[in-house]
Amino acid sequence: MAIKSLTVNGKRVPVTYNDAQMPLLYVLRNDLGLHGPHFGCGLGQCGACTVHIDGVAVRSCITPLSTVDANKKIVTLEGLGTPQKPHRVQKAFIDEQAVQCGYCINGMIMESAALLAKNKKPTEAQIKDALANNLCRCGTHARIVRAVKRASA
Amino acid sequence: MNIQISRRDALLGSGALIVSFALADSLTGAQAQGAAKPLTLTEVDSFLAIDKTGKVTVYSGKVDLGTGITTALRQIVADELDVPMNRIELVQGDTLLTPDQGKTWASITIQVGGMQLRQAAAAARQAMLAEAAKKLGTDNLTVADGIITAGGRKKVSYAELIGDKSFSIKLDPKQPVKEKSPKDYKIVGKSTPRVDIPDKVTGRFTYMQDFRVPGMLHGRVVRPPAIGAKLEKVDESAARKIPGVARVVREGNFLGVVATTEWDAIRGADALKATWSKSETLPDQAKLWEHVRATKVVKEDTTSNVGNAAEALAKEGAKVRKATYDFAIHTHGSIGPSCAIADFKDGKLTSWSASQATHDLRKQLALMLGLSPDNVRCIYVEGAGCYGRNGHEDAAADAALLAKAVGTPVRVQWSRADEHGWDPKGPPTLVDLQASTDGSGNVTAWDSIFYIPQAGPELNVALVAAELAGMPTAKVSFPGNIFQLSAIPYKFPNVRTVCRRLETTPLRPSWIRTPGRMQNTYANECFVDELAAAASVDPLEFRLKYLDPADKRGIEVLNRLAALAKWEKRPSPKKAAGGNVVKGRGISYTKYELVRTYVGAVAEVEVNRSTGRITVSKFYITHDCGQIINPDGLKNQLEGNVIQTVSRTLIEELKFDRSQVTSLDWNSYPILKFPEVPEIVIELIDRPTEKPWGAGEPAAAIIPSAISNAVFDATGVRLRSIPYTPAKVLSAMQAS
Repeated sequence: MAIKSLTVNGKRVPVTYNDAQMPLLYVLRNDLGLHGPHFGCGLGQCGACTVHIDGVAVRSCITPLSTVDANKKIVTLEGLGTPQKPHRVQKAFIDEQAVQCGYCINGMIMESAALLAKNKKPTEAQIKDALANNLCRCGTHARIVRAVKRASA
Repeated sequence: MNIQISRRDALLGSGALIVSFALADSLTGAQAQGAAKPLTLTEVDSFLAIDKTGKVTVYSGKVDLGTGITTALRQIVADELDVPMNRIELVQGDTLLTPDQGKTWASITIQVGGMQLRQAAAAARQAMLAEAAKKLGTDNLTVADGIITAGGRKKVSYAELIGDKSFSIKLDPKQPVKEKSPKDYKIVGKSTPRVDIPDKVTGRFTYMQDFRVPGMLHGRVVRPPAIGAKLEKVDESAARKIPGVARVVREGNFLGVVATTEWDAIRGADALKATWSKSETLPDQAKLWEHVRATKVVKEDTTSNVGNAAEALAKEGAKVRKATYDFAIHTHGSIGPSCAIADFKDGKLTSWSASQATHDLRKQLALMLGLSPDNVRCIYVEGAGCYGRNGHEDAAADAALLAKAVGTPVRVQWSRADEHGWDPKGPPTLVDLQASTDGSGNVTAWDSIFYIPQAGPELNVALVAAELAGMPTAKVSFPGNIFQLSAIPYKFPNVRTVCRRLETTPLRPSWIRTPGRMQNTYANECFVDELAAAASVDPLEFRLKYLDPADKRGIEVLNRLAALAKWEKRPSPKKAAGGNVVKGRGISYTKYELVRTYVGAVAEVEVNRSTGRITVSKFYITHDCGQIINPDGLKNQLEGNVIQTVSRTLIEELKFDRSQVTSLDWNSYPILKFPEVPEIVIELIDRPTEKPWGAGEPAAAIIPSAISNAVFDATGVRLRSIPYTPAKVLSAMQAS
């Protein structure tokens, strides 16, 4: 059993583990009890597990624990905003009702927030391109694009 | 109306009003065709309770599969009962608490489940009014926000009326309670924001995949490398070396690992060295349709028979057209793989899962483990989007088996490969059609044969764990009511539609959104288009010519669609415009199951003639499902219907070899991505005074055919095999 520290949503947290190759997602969900990042594929194909590491949208399901340490700032959907004080992207998703089941929405919001941090006014094509590797099965795409546009306005 | 108010031991202790249905077996589904089995309320018959604080608890056997139905059901109850939305709590899919309202399927949650709740709410409101009349000494009462007012002065709240008394109201479905006049609805018909969205977009929502119970271990099942393979030998030594691995569980061909952490369970399962027998039970996929055609037919269901189609087809001078359509095997592809937790203690099982049918799952798990259903409780926890019977029940069975073996609660989270490889599939569908026309192009006969798997006696799918462990489960998996919409809405003089029910189908079948109705409508609406083109008639005009003129709502849907899409009246195909990228438009129509929701669709497509790539650029939808509860929620569903089905039409096909499914991830079973999503224009036709009908499925039924007909319009080439991959498009263009 080994132990290390991570910085998650602004807090330093100790983490114990058996295997340094364990993906970060399992730490966030099972050890820290977070519900934002979701397990979707474990292969980096769907985007449901997306978190920010130093502001970059990263697939936590294929990010080994060994590659992150306390110097890296990990932010999850919970760290972005709350129901009372949502981040502007979260607020835009509420305003556009851009959710069906909502399981993929973590990835959609985290990916979009990272996009808008770099590009304040993306075109529709740029939004679709940025989300091209985030899968939604319910077919919420049209609303998601509208929400990202609203957040960028 | 027959409401009785009496004291009884209340579900919530003293001080409550409870509405239940009086007759356990008299609640019937609203489907007029008699296809759905009657809903029986054998477990818990209470639908609604108001406690002495005025809090309303709704007990819904129908569950939210990611459609927002918990908001819509609250709207129905809040409006009928005159209480604010936020006073309503909703308990869903708990076999101990909620009535058995049947599976959450077939687009009947609002249509059937919601209307039962509306009755319960209406009865509760009337009972409260009667109590208030006694207390306030007048019948001249108004209600708002759970407070009854007499003449604008004297007031009493529901909470005060209930006090420490217990009211039990029994409803008799044969004597429905009078509901409010639709013109008085204030919440129904409005785009009320969904109650679950703020938590879902901030990571505060608990999906089944997020749900945990104290003292829980993690389980992982080792899947055989081939369907039907026998487990010959297991070497546990490497798995045992992984620190968290607590147990290896073997039961027949069922092999699983239980560990203290999820990652250790995954590593433990990977480290097990299992030897399996060779098994090749699947047909050669390259010859799938020959296989389907050669499969033994156990039953022939004639789903419509008008006049004498055979005679008309054989008539001298009849011009006969024939075509065969096929529709690939699809997987559900929920973004979150199935997940469940089970706790087995003192001979009793508690199961948490995202099953769309917890009451049925309860019976299945009881049968599998040899328990009395009384000793099994199944609790619904919302999971990732569910579009039919996917792997949730199987994950529940995995967890139950492991929990029973280890004696502690066990959580089973399926992998992506488990979900793609082992959830039950939408079966392959093959359709032969022929029709005859007279010298003037009028249709004289329509004759179709659908090759679809048989339906077993029970409405359940066999549980994978039970099959592997050799425990009892459904012998024939139910594929859904896939005969629906084999019959057609068009009034041709001679029609015969037949479903040949096949003894077997390559993979475990189940229902996926719009089961059968999508495949059958695809063939029918494309073939109608073929007849219109052969007669050189505009395809919209052709449909209108053969629709029942008395069916005004259907005709209105199509006429409004024509206006919405600025439909240009002309036969298909379009005159060749030349160039590499050609454009076309196609139309399709359904009256769902021939008795309810009307939908029309126009697709606009572009076809690249050199690559064979189809781009669906735009969809227009007109939709009449009667009274609309939540217009924005409805639009959300319709957008989902379009986008998911564009994906199914253009891209999706489950691949397998002779042993097993080989589409085990999103690369080998891709779905539509953002850049390929069409623009969608929707016109809702609200009919506040009509019954509300379902909307989760009907629009999806006509998406494949609208696309197909648009491709024909653009290219003059008729595609008859879904999915429409570039390779198939190119080969069809070369062949023509």
